[in-house]
Amino acid sequence: MKGQVQEQPLRPMPAARPLGAAERAKVLEVIVRLRALPGALLPVLHGVQDALGYVPPGAVTLIASELNLTRAEVHGVITFYHYFRSSKPGKQILQLCRAEACQSLGSAALEQHAKRRLGVDFHGTTADGRYTLEPVYCLGNCACGPSLMLDGELHGRVDAESFDELVGGAS
Amino acid sequence: MSVRIYVPQDATALSLGAGAVAKAIAAEAERRGVEIELVRNGSRGVFSLEPLVEVETAGGRIAYGPVKARDVPGLFDAGFLDGGKHALGHGLTAEIPYLKQQERLTFARVGITDPVSLDDYLAHEGYRGLKNALALSGAEIVQAVTDSGLRGRGGAAFPAGIKWKTVHATESAQKYIVCNADEGDSGTFSDRMIMEGDPFVLIEGMTIAGMAVGATQGYIYLRCEYPHAHRTLNAAIAAAYERKHLGTDVLGSGRRFDLEVRLGAGAYICGEETSLLESLEGKRGQIRPKPPLPAIKGLFGQPTVINNVITFASVPIVMDRGAAFYKNYGTGRSRGTLPFQLTGNIKYGGLVEKAFGVTLRELLYDYGGGSYSGRPIRAVQVGGPLGPYIPASQFDAPMDYEEFAKVGGMVGHGGIVVFDDTVDMAAQARYAMEFCAIESCGKCTPCRIGSTRGVEVIDRLVAGEQPVKQEAVLRDLCETMIHGSLCALGGLTPGPVLSALNHFPEDFKKPRVVAAA
Repeated sequence: MKGQVQEQPLRPMPAARPLGAAERAKVLEVIVRLRALPGALLPVLHGVQDALGYVPPGAVTLIASELNLTRAEVHGVITFYHYFRSSKPGKQILQLCRAEACQSLGSAALEQHAKRRLGVDFHGTTADGRYTLEPVYCLGNCACGPSLMLDGELHGRVDAESFDELVGGAS
Repeated sequence: MSVRIYVPQDATALSLGAGAVAKAIAAEAERRGVEIELVRNGSRGVFSLEPLVEVETAGGRIAYGPVKARDVPGLFDAGFLDGGKHALGHGLTAEIPYLKQQERLTFARVGITDPVSLDDYLAHEGYRGLKNALALSGAEIVQAVTDSGLRGRGGAAFPAGIKWKTVHATESAQKYIVCNADEGDSGTFSDRMIMEGDPFVLIEGMTIAGMAVGATQGYIYLRCEYPHAHRTLNAAIAAAYERKHLGTDVLGSGRRFDLEVRLGAGAYICGEETSLLESLEGKRGQIRPKPPLPAIKGLFGQPTVINNVITFASVPIVMDRGAAFYKNYGTGRSRGTLPFQLTGNIKYGGLVEKAFGVTLRELLYDYGGGSYSGRPIRAVQVGGPLGPYIPASQFDAPMDYEEFAKVGGMVGHGGIVVFDDTVDMAAQARYAMEFCAIESCGKCTPCRIGSTRGVEVIDRLVAGEQPVKQEAVLRDLCETMIHGSLCALGGLTPGPVLSALNHFPEDFKKPRVVAAA
């Protein structure tokens, strides 16, 4: 931790693997459904991530050409927003709050515990592919922290013990 | 006759087990052959009692909480369906002191109604503001909002009426109403509670804004960390369309207003209004230099009213009861009420809506009951991650935009994060810089580079490497960020840093043990 800002992932785009036929069909379905919206790119990226769990780098060219944008614009947007990811996550997304209200109730210790327990750092996926651990800056549950969100389900007053119960038999 | 039981669907209540409680009540009622009607309401905002179960009786709603699923059979045994006595009972909900002493205007219905029932909203004085507004000209609506003294509740506190007036006066074929629901500040959840607990009041407020300035399209830019609010908003918007409270012919007026929810993607900076507009346009959320103001050139280059959730949600009561009624609350230039959020290390956390002028001490001790840990409160952060830390010596300051600024504070969005005496203020200062580095949009140098250098300087200062020199560098750096940044992120990050340094210098000089394992 000392001497520099906590390591932020550079998130280089993995080499773009061409989309499989099924993936391509899903991406196209999302684009066709949402392209008419003004400012369609964010809704489209949300749609793709909802459908596939991430925005495959192989989809960038397709999205760009269909929305009449440059690849750089699409890439720029994907990498600007913390929520969009370019690689396949684990089966469940575990978002741990790092913000002040949770800090005041010991979230830093919970964060250390979570990383140890799951054997991953932030943005990492457990060896068994079950969980991807993400930091989040406020879940709006600030009176009942520390908080985490597991696949869209919010949990308050989390401690090491209840964390272990939640993640069950994870490695 | 079936008994009506309320179990909140609010995200905080759910995070404490309200979902399991609702299921247990339904199952137990079925097992006993009792007919009940289960309503999933918003939260009353007394989180120490959540999950708070309420039973409707002839004498009023009776509260039980905090209820766990395993308490449910016992509640049935105690006759809670008739308001029977139980260890978890609190009598009439409306008489709970935490609630009774509040001044709930914006939050009048939250926790009381079924959030997605338009009929329930109408039965509780809903849409009366819009009906009044439809009888007025746009200029008259703008005047009423101006007269109410309502200021932007997102944090900047800019008078809403003036913003609306500019949009009203700017000619354009297309204007927009945008709601900033990117409530990213730690220690805040009032927007979320409105959207989950009374979404129609936001929809009504935005519709009134549309009628006032002549805008036909509204967007709610919602942070993606709020999936519960997303579902509730979409359900309420669908219901409003169904019953012609939105669409081509709002309430038979022949006037159009469309509304859509758009999701953010985890960027704190998109709570800044120009970044938000960029994001809505499908771009990176980088801030735009002002001028031009969004009121003149906003979304897609068109005149745009952009306000926070609570600002819009406060408009219906202004239009219903009149500007004078609303203005009658508050002090000085801070008129009306603010929903304060008591969070962090606090015993009775929750939502306290009070007129401006209430002191921090009243909120922290009379409502909050002191710290959750039972230790002394050492510092509070008011106004989000960019708000300065306030030491105990200043707890008597009134919560009023101008008065609170005099003691170096920022009322902001009304979020109050409490820390007990175990807090390391140097670590909090470092975090403020770290957060800025993570969330900077990168547009301007003081914020983008300054925040990273700030972390490094604080680390050296705390390590005792030439501390006098480091402190001077840190103060100089903060000065540069304050004056050189394009927006509030870089410009206000020095607030928490310098307040920690000024009020708690001892934390920066502690002999440190190297990273205790």
